[in-house]
Amino acid sequence: MEKREYQWAWLMVLPVVLVVAFSAIMPLMTVVNYSLQDIFGPNSRFFVGTAWFTEVLRDPALHGALIRQLLFSAAVLLIQIPLGVGLALCLPKKGPWVSVSLVLLALPLLVPWNVVGTIWQVFSRPDVGFAGVILNGIGFDYNYTGDSLDAWLTVLVMDVWHWTSLVILLCYAGLQAIPDAFYQAARIDGASRWAVFRFIELPKLKGVLLIAVLLRFIFSFRIYAEPFVLTGGGPGNATTFLSQSLTTMAVGQFDLGPAAAFSLIYFLIILLFSYVFYLTILNMDREG
Amino acid sequence: MNEGISFNLSWMAWTQPVAIFFIAIAVMLVVFGVLQFVMPTYERRGFLPVPTTRGDRLFMSLLGAAFIHLIWLAFSDASLLFASGISVVYAAVMLRWG
Repeated sequence: MEKREYQWAWLMVLPVVLVVAFSAIMPLMTVVNYSLQDIFGPNSRFFVGTAWFTEVLRDPALHGALIRQLLFSAAVLLIQIPLGVGLALCLPKKGPWVSVSLVLLALPLLVPWNVVGTIWQVFSRPDVGFAGVILNGIGFDYNYTGDSLDAWLTVLVMDVWHWTSLVILLCYAGLQAIPDAFYQAARIDGASRWAVFRFIELPKLKGVLLIAVLLRFIFSFRIYAEPFVLTGGGPGNATTFLSQSLTTMAVGQFDLGPAAAFSLIYFLIILLFSYVFYLTILNMDREG
Repeated sequence: MNEGISFNLSWMAWTQPVAIFFIAIAVMLVVFGVLQFVMPTYERRGFLPVPTTRGDRLFMSLLGAAFIHLIWLAFSDASLLFASGISVVYAAVMLRWG
């Protein structure tokens, strides 16, 4: 009986499959078609086989963008996950300050991505920006428009400001779900604050943290608007990430074939990482 | 005046190899779907570190095949059929022992 129900449940997924077919699968099929052709116009296109894939996969500029993207996502995860956990632990558990803290933390998440870039562009300008003027005033030679390292750090700090709240809110929800009995048992055993974190809170946060890592990886790996508005990808190509390279190729140069091949490779990389995270989450759930 | 709903798919810039590829994927999904009713899959642990169903192993085979082809294109000028051959062997190993 259970087995029959399980099998019929798959048919219940059919409406979602149809919606996804029109919203995602058909555009994806179009991109696959484009990736194998040289497109000059709606009725002028030529089959080129896998030439665009070979060209894109051997393009040093795109290798650079991929390396920068991986470094950026790694830096984002290394900073935002521990910071998010730490700040979630500092938040009040009860009382009127809970709502105030949560609303304040949610504010950066409400700001549109291009507006975040504009805010940080004004904030960081070395001549009139609050942060830029202060940093130069205390002796740092800070100029995010001319120095690659400054540009990188500014984009990174901007992303931390924008997205750490998401990690905090997820971890806070995870912490609130831990029953008081665990803390009472730890108190009776005379456990230190570190022991409570290491043996109670961290294991209980495992699932939430994996979701946070997955979301932050996907968001950071396809970052576009914020660095585009803040630095325009510069100085040079220092902050040009994959999505900006792709947009320049597709919209700027109108190279639809190579851009389609690039999109598919980009999609496959995200799919691979997401699937690995998905399997890990599933496995951890099973192990309890 | 009204020509009704048109199912003109020329905007998708269809090519024969892509059509064959997607038909093959669709057939594969239908076959595995029917197989699920005839011989339901159960999770089992193979050489992979996680227990997997037949569908999981099919997905891993397809994803792995895509990356095998990309790696081949990135590093070799030899025929892509070699990559396809490696992919078939990889998929067979994954489906049988994964």
